[in-house]
Amino acid sequence: MAATAATDAPAFDKKTWMGGVEPMKASYGKLMMWFFLISDTFTFSALLVTYGLIRFSYPAYDPAIHGEFKFSQLYWPIPEKVYEAVPFLHGVELPLVFVGIMTFILIFSSVTMVLAVEAGHRRDQPAVEKYMLWTIVGGLTFLGSQAWEWSHFIHGTDEGTIIREIVNGQWVERTVFGANLTENQYGPPAFADLFFFITGFHGTHVLSGVVLNILIFYRTATGLYERRGHYEMVEKVGLYWHFVDLVWVFVFTFFYLV
Amino acid sequence: MAEHTYHHDNEHGAVAEPQTKAIWRTFYILAAITALEFLIAFTMPHGTLKIAIFVGMTIVKAFYIVGEFMHLKHEVKTLIWSILLPCIFVVWLLLALLMEGGAIFQAR
Repeated sequence: MAATAATDAPAFDKKTWMGGVEPMKASYGKLMMWFFLISDTFTFSALLVTYGLIRFSYPAYDPAIHGEFKFSQLYWPIPEKVYEAVPFLHGVELPLVFVGIMTFILIFSSVTMVLAVEAGHRRDQPAVEKYMLWTIVGGLTFLGSQAWEWSHFIHGTDEGTIIREIVNGQWVERTVFGANLTENQYGPPAFADLFFFITGFHGTHVLSGVVLNILIFYRTATGLYERRGHYEMVEKVGLYWHFVDLVWVFVFTFFYLV
Repeated sequence: MAEHTYHHDNEHGAVAEPQTKAIWRTFYILAAITALEFLIAFTMPHGTLKIAIFVGMTIVKAFYIVGEFMHLKHEVKTLIWSILLPCIFVVWLLLALLMEGGAIFQAR
């Protein structure tokens, strides 16, 4: 048995693609995941570049011209004035604190993911299960936080913002609470549109990542990868999960900080 | 005995020790940079310098996530460049359209 195994190459070796060569020394699945991720990079870049273009086409808030900051349709809002609410702390101004917590949750779930991949290399099935579960918990917590943030953004502050607009040739004043795709108490409607599109598209990615993670956890727990002899699926889905974390790093900087 | 190339030696029981030092080091770096970003967000006056610092820190974070967590640093050069080159063109598109946005503002 040992002698034949040494001389006869297996008919199909998972390390090489079907032709017996392995372009870029990466398995087929991993390389295709990389190319999918680069195409996804273009989609997210398009959204963030659009944000930059639209933001630069609006006046920026300038204390010398506009006085003390308040929500207005005349200029682009300062993100830290918009995102300052935290669950259970109604009426307390805590700029960017909740977004910061969400950022740490996602970074931490990325760490547990890479720990699952590392455990997979050692074929340590219980450790893979444990870390996959933590990653799923992190992903679900992030999604819950985002749902709360969206809900707050849509419902708005207690005071609302007074908007002057022309209705049937007359100037009319009216108070707007929160934001949707056509009106926005925090600033120009485009700001709310971009918020919904960018964080929504990212949230959809987190959701599909959680679904994939649950699938991987299930297949690990039932011993499929142990029987297969390797945990490469964990690595491939791990690449996707890290990408989702990476996108959030960029969204955090360009949407919330700058 | 075990001549199979893709089977581990430890079929049952004996599992190798975890090698997690580099992972935690990367996590501490990412957490420290994020904490520093918060500090800068509330202590520095708004301006080009602040934005430049934020962009720089974001690129450092991206480098650690892609390089260590996604393992790209340890892949072959061809793969690294096939991922990196398209992203450089994206930066070009970003700069071009930011200037375009500024032009729209001037025209309004």
